[in-house]
Parts: sequence; C-alpha cells; structure tokens
Amino acid sequence: MNLHEYQAKQLFADYGLPVSKGVVVDDVDKVAAAVKKIGGKKWMVKAQVHAGGRGKAGGVKLADSVEDVRGFAEQWLGKNLITYQTDATGQPVNRILVEACTNISQELYLGAAVDRSSSRIVFMASMEGGVEIEKVAVETPEKILKAPIDPIMGPHSSQGRKLALGLGLEGVQIKQFIELFLGLAKLFQDLDLSLLEINPLVITTEGNFECLDGKIIIDSNALYRQPKLKKMMDPSQDDEREVLAAQWDLNYVALDGNIGCMVNGAGLAMGTMDIIKTHGGKPANFLDVGGGTTKDKVTEAFKIILSDENVVTVLVNIFGGIVRCDLIAEGVIGAVQEVGVQIPVVVRLEGNNSELGREVLENSGFNIVVASSLSEAAELSVALAEDA
Amino acid sequence: MSILVDSNTKVVCQGFTGSQGTFHSEQAIEYGTNMVGGVTPGKGGLIHLGLPVFDTMQEAVDNTGAEASVIYVPAPFCKDAILEAAEADIRLIVCITEGIPILDMIAVKAKCDELGVCLIGPNCPGIITPEQCKIGIMPGYIHLPGKVGIVSRSGTLTYEAVKQTTDHGYGQSSCVGIGGDPIPGSSFIDILGMFEKDPQTEAVVMIGEIGGTSEEEAAAFIKENVSKPVVAYIAGVTAPAGKRMGHAGAIISGGKGTADEKFEALNDAGVITVRSLTEIGAGLAKTGNW
Repeated sequence: MNLHEYQAKQLFADYGLPVSKGVVVDDVDKVAAAVKKIGGKKWMVKAQVHAGGRGKAGGVKLADSVEDVRGFAEQWLGKNLITYQTDATGQPVNRILVEACTNISQELYLGAAVDRSSSRIVFMASMEGGVEIEKVAVETPEKILKAPIDPIMGPHSSQGRKLALGLGLEGVQIKQFIELFLGLAKLFQDLDLSLLEINPLVITTEGNFECLDGKIIIDSNALYRQPKLKKMMDPSQDDEREVLAAQWDLNYVALDGNIGCMVNGAGLAMGTMDIIKTHGGKPANFLDVGGGTTKDKVTEAFKIILSDENVVTVLVNIFGGIVRCDLIAEGVIGAVQEVGVQIPVVVRLEGNNSELGREVLENSGFNIVVASSLSEAAELSVALAEDA
Repeated sequence: MSILVDSNTKVVCQGFTGSQGTFHSEQAIEYGTNMVGGVTPGKGGLIHLGLPVFDTMQEAVDNTGAEASVIYVPAPFCKDAILEAAEADIRLIVCITEGIPILDMIAVKAKCDELGVCLIGPNCPGIITPEQCKIGIMPGYIHLPGKVGIVSRSGTLTYEAVKQTTDHGYGQSSCVGIGGDPIPGSSFIDILGMFEKDPQTEAVVMIGEIGGTSEEEAAAFIKENVSKPVVAYIAGVTAPAGKRMGHAGAIISGGKGTADEKFEALNDAGVITVRSLTEIGAGLAKTGNW
C-alpha cells in the first residue's frame, strides 16, 4: 500500500525526524489559512499523488505569494497529474501539500528496501541525490553506499557512522545522520514497510538535515497489525476495477488489449497472457481468480472483465487441481447466465474430472467454446478477437 | 531416490484441525504420505483423522519422531508456527500459507538458516515425491514417478509442467514449489543443488516469474554447478512494468528482473529456455535420448 508524501512526512515527524512545516489542503478555499499557519514569504506547493517524477511534470512549484499558491491549487485539485511513473491517464490530485521553503545547500539520497537476494532490509545512501538516482545506480553503482540490517541484531550506530563518513559528512552532521538512519530503520521495522525513500534528503544552508520528500510503501500483508496505517489508504489512487477486484480476493490488473483473461494462479495467468501474445493477440487484463474457484468469484470476475469495453472475447483457463472441473464448469455456466455474457467465451479446463467438465460446457447451450489444450484456447480466442 | 522427502518421511501438520489442515491432510493420507499426527494448540489429546493431536510441536516430535512439518495456519500465526517447528528439531518445514508479512519472513529465514532447517515456501503448493510422499496442496493424480526434477515459483504453473512431463512419460523424481513470495525459505539454487546430487533426477525443469533476481542467480549457479540438462520457462514476458513509486526497488535490483533479462541469463548458462509454457515437455525432449 502506497502512502502520499504528506502522510510519509507525518510519520517521519512522529519519529522525530526533520521535516519542513507543512499543511495539506484539499480545497482552494483552505489555501489562505494554510499559508498563514506556515508563515514566511515563499512556499513549496506539491501535488499529492502516488507516483514519482512530479517535479518534471509540473506538480511541484515554488510559490512566492498567496495568490500563487491558490493558483497552483486551482490548477491541480481535481485534475490528473501524468508523470513518467504513471500510466497515460495519470493520477488524480485530491490534495496539495503547502510547505515552508527550505534553503538547500546539498541534495542527498537515502532509501531502504527489502533486498530479496540477501533477505535483508538494505539502506542505500548517495551524495548524488535528486531525480537521476536510478541512472547513478546503473552507471556508477559505487556511488551508492549500502547498509544491510541484521534481522536479529537490528541497525547499529556504527553502520550509520560508516554511511555518514562514506558520504563525506563532517562534524555535527555525522551525529544527525546517525540519528536519522536509526530512526528510519526503526520506522521501517515498526510500521512494516517494504520501501522507504527520501529523495532528496537535503542539508540546509544552516547545516541541518531535512527530509524534503518522502515515499513509503507499506507491506499489504501486514496491514492487519497496522490499523493506523490502514486508515491512510487512498483508493482514489488505484484503478477502480482493481479496488473492486481486491474486495473479492481477485487479483486484477487492467491492460490495453481486447481478450479478457480469467485464470487460476498468478504464474499461470501471466503464462496465459504470454501465450495470447505469442499467437498474435492482446490480453485485456491479468486476472487471478485464486485457488477456491467458486461460482460467486467467477461471476464477479466476469463482471469486472466485462466492465472493460474493449473486451470482445474472454479466455478462461483453469487448472483444476483439487477442485473438480465439472464443478468449475457449472460455476462458469452459472456466471455466464447470471451476468448475461453476450460475447464468446473460450474455456480450457484441465485437471480433475476435466472430461466431464468439458462435456458440461459443450452441452450448456451458451456461447461457450471448449478448447482441448491451452494452445488451442489461445488460437481460438485470438481468432475470435480478430473477427469481432 | 528423490529429494527432501520419500515414503519414510514422517510428517506432522500444523493447523491440523482447521479446515485447510483437515482437507489437505486427508488427501495426503489417501496419497500414502506417512502422516504421523498434527498440532493445534488447545486440542492436544484429541484424535483427528485417526492421528494424535498435540498442543506443541515439541510434544509431536517427541511422541512421533516426526522430521517434517506442513503448515496451514493463518498468515498472522505463521512466524510463530515456523519458529516453533524449527526449534523442535524439525529438519524440513513446508509452509503453504500465503500473505505472511515480509518482515516476519526476514526474521524466520534468518532463524532457519542459523539452525540449518530447510524451509520450503511460504505461499507455495508444497513438495511431492510421486507415489511416496505428498506434502502440500498439489493434485496427486497428475504425478508419475520418474526422472525429471521440477522446481517452481508458481503453483498452477507447476501443475502444467508436471502434467506435460507425465504426458510425455518422463515422470518426476520430486517437485518443489518454492513459492512466489519476495523472501522464500529456499531458493532455486538450494533445490537445483539437491537435484544435481540426486541420482534419480536426470533433468530439471525450472519455472520462474518476473520480479526479483532469483532466476539470474540460479543461472549463474547452473553455469558453475549443474551438469544435468535444465529446461526453463519464465512467466510474464508480456506483463507491463506498471505504476511504481520511487527508485529504491529499481536500485536494489540493479535494474534487473524482467523476463527477457532472465531468459538471457539462462540461455547464457546453457539452459534450454522455452518461450511458451506449453513447450516445457517438448523442451525436455530436446535434452537427450529419451
């Protein structure tokens, strides 16, 4: 689950980490009060969306008057911001963060993520802060310093000191950096994060650290024990159908093709999309109906797939392991009937009782094409999509 | 021979009396797995499916001599269940449950590694040695005893591979689902090493997915350490990169993790790669005089 910058900064502040004074507004009329509360003569205004690359897309601005702040809010609130990290429609802007202006002397990068290879949380720091950090990682990886966190011992000060010295910090900044590192490591572990990033982490002209941006991803599997964070969820940032699918324990991702896909298992769902592509077709979605393929779930899955107007045919690919295929077949027929599916549905059933399952489908009287193999199913659905 | 489990392996089930534990233990017993009991805290002393129920793993191990455990308890309790099994001297833990918090897995993996316990999963179908021992949720009847070792990150894709090796008549020595989570207990490398040493295994099928770099690491391992033919399929060639936030994920993987990069690394290691999951059996046919 992604957090907004303003939410990440609230958490940083809760952990005693340095952030600018800021107020989040969701209405143009609240701008004046926010600006007054922060004080000063210049403000940073930042569109709050779940994506990076906001600055280059015009979603971040330095404002030097209340009218300027208000103008920015008017420009963005209720609109979509498109960045290189979003899709073509962009992300809706429902909130603007207004912040005190920071005088920057230096920009650094500080991030942490779960490293699959070492099975550790790994902190990463670099003097090359700013938006080009991925380029730095590829071209000059030695400029990114890393510190793995021992799962049993936790983070220790000497790791923070080593990073600070590696970054070339001096004097009081070393101590400040150690505190920052330890605080962030604690936050990462306490709040079940899977990713944390401050880019840039700045040193102000006064010589202090400040977290100028904040990105946090929470491990969705751990939300049951993070009730406070669960409330920070912003479904407006996610695809509507994906949110609906999640309520039914369906894993759905919208794509831009015209062949709807319903598959059990994430790997097989990806494999099915790959086969459609191999046969010259384009999948309209990824959809994993999961293990217990019940009629209700299949029905909801059909509804979600068909809510995409581009879909001209649906390919159902189920490997019935323990569940009997004839029961799955009845589930598919029931769903087709209940939803009133008009377009052709190609079904490939494999596994337990698959022959009986195919028979049930063939005799259903609905527009269901039964395929005897996955290749045939892909060929049939691609041909149907071309004819449509 | 086989890897990890055979007909002598004594298995206990954690979460034995729950609906998942009950259903899959029944199936395992029917398949011929040497199930010796189960654990459900608070239900010790009961008999379930004709087998004794214990309150703790230690009691279960002391009373049955169990050496393997299979876990069906809900995700919030899996960390505890795995640690309890590891500390009770279980040598093989198979965790089927999905949705375990990643930080729980980091801690559990560190402890299992320290104790030298083999953890398979979580979020996996389990492990099977055909007609000898089935630990997990895979359908037993699609398997055939034979000579192909299968290791996979994905559940239903494993079944596809199994079915093709059965249809071709090759059969399987053992099949291991290592699970699709970011932090799996065992990696491709761990299992590939076991298949290389197993005399029954003549070839290996490896099924990967996009994300992470475990396939690239496996490719490097195969190049140096695996003499048997390996056939690999990677799911997700067409998956879009998707929305993302920040850079830390990309930095840590060094920009790796796409299907194309994985195929390239595997090809470079001499692995026979197939671009369609329906060609796994055909890929195996190319590996020798079968």
